[in-house]
Amino acid sequence: MASPFVEALAAHATETLARLPGAGLAWLDAARREQLEAFVRDGLPGARNEAWKYTALRALERRAFLAGDADAASRAVDIEALRLPGVDGPRLVFVHGVFRADLSSLDALPEGLSLRPLSQALVEDAEPLRFFLSRGGEASADAFARLNAAFATDGMVLCVAPGAQIDAPVHLLQVGVPADDDLAWHARHIVELGEGASLTLVEHHAGVGAHRHLGTQVSDVVLHARSKLAWIGLQECADEALLIRRDRLRLDADAQLRLHALELGGGLARRELDAELRGEGARLDTRGAFVPRGRQHLDTRLDIRHVAKNTASDALWRGVADQRGRGVFHGAITVAEGADGTDAALSNKNLLLSPHAEIDTQPVLEIYADEVMAAHGATVGQLDERSLFYLRSRGIPVDAARALLTQAFCRAALDDLDHEALREYLGQRLVARLPGSGTDA
Amino acid sequence: MLKIENLHARVEGKDILKGLSLDIGAGEVHAIMGPNGAGKSTLGNVLSGRDGYEVTEGSVTFMGQDLLALEPEERAAAGVFLAFQYPVEIPGVNNTYFLRAAYNAQRKARGEAELDSMEFLKIVREKLKIMKLSPDLLNRAVNEGFSGGEKKRNEIFQMALLEPKLAILDETDSGLDIDALKQVAEGVNAQRDPQRSFLLITHYQRLLDYIEPDYVHVLADGRIVESGDKELAKKLEAHGYAWVADHGEPAGAA
Repeated sequence: MASPFVEALAAHATETLARLPGAGLAWLDAARREQLEAFVRDGLPGARNEAWKYTALRALERRAFLAGDADAASRAVDIEALRLPGVDGPRLVFVHGVFRADLSSLDALPEGLSLRPLSQALVEDAEPLRFFLSRGGEASADAFARLNAAFATDGMVLCVAPGAQIDAPVHLLQVGVPADDDLAWHARHIVELGEGASLTLVEHHAGVGAHRHLGTQVSDVVLHARSKLAWIGLQECADEALLIRRDRLRLDADAQLRLHALELGGGLARRELDAELRGEGARLDTRGAFVPRGRQHLDTRLDIRHVAKNTASDALWRGVADQRGRGVFHGAITVAEGADGTDAALSNKNLLLSPHAEIDTQPVLEIYADEVMAAHGATVGQLDERSLFYLRSRGIPVDAARALLTQAFCRAALDDLDHEALREYLGQRLVARLPGSGTDA
Repeated sequence: MLKIENLHARVEGKDILKGLSLDIGAGEVHAIMGPNGAGKSTLGNVLSGRDGYEVTEGSVTFMGQDLLALEPEERAAAGVFLAFQYPVEIPGVNNTYFLRAAYNAQRKARGEAELDSMEFLKIVREKLKIMKLSPDLLNRAVNEGFSGGEKKRNEIFQMALLEPKLAILDETDSGLDIDALKQVAEGVNAQRDPQRSFLLITHYQRLLDYIEPDYVHVLADGRIVESGDKELAKKLEAHGYAWVADHGEPAGAA
């Protein structure tokens, strides 16, 4: 009965589990086995699953992936080519989910920053991780979260001590490279900022060369009171790679998180961001752009829950689909009972550049509290003909005019990124994916 | 410079221009006046190449070229400029970036060298001064948050920068108070040149008090029904467009 997808990944599961970091810890073994069983039992979400309505998995179900990459430690990666401007501090590199000390830069960490691969943290002191790693059985868990919980090889464990202000951005780099088989890899990250701490984190997914690997990633991000996280995401997987991510964010009182995300790569890339603003005065700002083209399918899901009083969230996302690209955006804001004084805004505007492109957007607002300010809006449209004519009437050729308007449309997602070098670089990467940039195939 | 012969044009299946002919020589200023719905704006849009305007008959020759065969950007590079009645706000497109892209695209199309940003800014600053526009306008998005007067002055500023051979001003006077109107007119007058022609499209004679035309034409029901010098505009002002319908031929059922 099991699909080729489930069968291939569950094959030799006992051996696989025995090789994982932390194997032998009774609580971890039990959690992994439980997740594996649930994965095998339920398989992939079907077409009737509301959360996967616009992202069909039928084709994936028929594909078989090799669990893990035995050669990950020795695969050649040109790290210089993957550096980001203005980001030259601590760096943690994973190739197909496997930590690569040789490519990472963990010497001379600033005081107050603890940064280790999960594999190491499990050996050194697993107990603090128990809370994060033994759960995963939450109601919304799906096949990918379970796969990840069962098989995650490694990941990043990042802690900032209370009050520590870490200036240098931390670069989390995950790389996929060509291999003989289609590989499945799983990464599990934990980020915790102590009270009043601050950090800039760059989450960078890079694909070098063509491949069709499947990656899953689960991140827990915990911001204790008054801490601040600037989180920058650049997703540039290979155009046929699959990447399924789930971020679970928890913001305590007066904590602030600002996310700027570019979703550019991946044949099928999905990001679920579940955020709980559970401390009074917490604030979450998310900005992002997803730009599918070719046959890419990019899916972004925000689930933002205001639980405490006087919390704020502002989400501003742009989608641009060209050729046969497909974009999916789901933005849900829930204001729980008692979360009075919440200020929540969500905007998702989308642009279709081709008659074969499609974007499905679904804003959802549920309010159970009083004195709430909430606004949401979503649009799907085409380039404004009046603007296009205006530019052309001044002599700008039609392709350049279209490119100019498309870039302008996306720019809002990066405008308030404080890190100037990254803002410029991300802007360039974005423009390079848009038609009329000269790099468009 | 511009020769329009027996021009027929259609918008959304409706005939708007019905045999319009007009000759504009180098350095001349022509005003086209007419009641609402006469086809004034259609003329500007057809000349600048806007989509949705179908030419069914007639020809337009500009500097010996078939203007109607050119894309809007090619017309611009050839020297045609349209000052919009309703300039479009384009959020996210920086004004300086836009102006330089336009300026250099035109130069490139004409086989001239493109200017770097320093050279370009120098020219921009000069032209801004002529239009009495604040340099901070350069850092804003195209027309975004501009007042009505600023938008119109920005159109004239773009004209000053792009130095067209033929400038078409589509109801540039509409919505302007008298001070803004004077500023716009000064900007236009500063650019009058023996090599540059103007086509002023307007509903009111008021603009012509400040920009003196060489010729005035009355457009009614898609045709020019009366031509004359600036005195014609004054007669129109005194008698209204109904006077043309009675007085001119054929222009109607009378």
